[in-house]
Amino acid sequence: MVGGDVGAVGALGEPQRRAVYEHVAAAVAPVSRNDVAEALGIGRNLAAHHLDKLADAGLLDVSFARLSGRTGPGAGRPSKLYRRAAAEHAVSLPPRGYRVLAEVFADAVEAAGVEPALYAAAREQGARQRADGETREDLLRRLGYEPVADGDVWRLRNCPFDGVARTHPAVVCGANLALLEGAFGDGVRIDPRPEGCCVVVERGTGGTKNNGSLF
Amino acid sequence: MTAHLAQLNIGRMLGPKEDPGMSGFYGDLDRINALADGWPGFVWRLVDAEGADATSLRPFGDDIMINLSVWESLETLRDFTFRSGHLDVLRRRREWFMPLGDIYAVNWWVPAGHRPTVAEAGERLDLLRREGPTASAFTFRDPFPAP
Repeated sequence: MVGGDVGAVGALGEPQRRAVYEHVAAAVAPVSRNDVAEALGIGRNLAAHHLDKLADAGLLDVSFARLSGRTGPGAGRPSKLYRRAAAEHAVSLPPRGYRVLAEVFADAVEAAGVEPALYAAAREQGARQRADGETREDLLRRLGYEPVADGDVWRLRNCPFDGVARTHPAVVCGANLALLEGAFGDGVRIDPRPEGCCVVVERGTGGTKNNGSLF
Repeated sequence: MTAHLAQLNIGRMLGPKEDPGMSGFYGDLDRINALADGWPGFVWRLVDAEGADATSLRPFGDDIMINLSVWESLETLRDFTFRSGHLDVLRRRREWFMPLGDIYAVNWWVPAGHRPTVAEAGERLDLLRREGPTASAFTFRDPFPAP
């Protein structure tokens, strides 16, 4: 990796490179330079240049696979594929260490057994985030989730609280659910998959209004 | 030696089985146990004479429920615990269990085929409480690799 977290964020400063990153991040499966070139209407060499810069900065992970499914002699060289790196990059200037504090809070909540108070606070925080007329999808994005439509629900490709969710899954996922219940009122439930957020949100049509019954 | 992972966790119940407040826990138990039994990596879990679950066993105190199981790896147990329907039970545990005031879960490696006893599990929990995470008794947060 080149340049640490500041370098990683700096690599996104160039608009075209940022578009490349956003395309890869939104893709369901790893993508090749050809996919990116086609999607963004740029040359393959330019796409590869941006992809490799993003990989150097630690924002993308690289793997190799034969796309055709062929094997053995004549199958051709494996394609270089890119996917969004799992690593978390946070830049705050001046430096702040909220992650450590979050772990300390989570330890205290578990030790004292005050999860109900945590969930209530998260629900209130979620309710404060509502804005009239905003769609569920837009509100999810504003809160740091990456919604992907899956039938009747939004699945969330990332966990905005991933670091502390790994050390304290029960309390963090519980708070996460409560936050989204506060924001949406209903149609929110725990449904963990191997990757991504543990919560799904019904796509519905009602936006974020008419949730007064919750309080 | 192929190593498997043994795990003990205990909880102090807020009420007896007949308590209506506990119905959410007992009512969901068969579903969660079936989920565990079918989960990739599940090997074994302790059950009482009834054979369905271990909720009637109280070796560590009248109001302390125990859960003792063996898994093929730490990852498979972690996936079941935190990435399955079991997560929702964990999230709601304060509805049924009070804070224990001490470490309530321990992991340790056993030879494949070994069935840990309650006494052995209790010793591992004591060891973790006494010495913190070591290769002989550890937590999800501070794991040790299989021997």
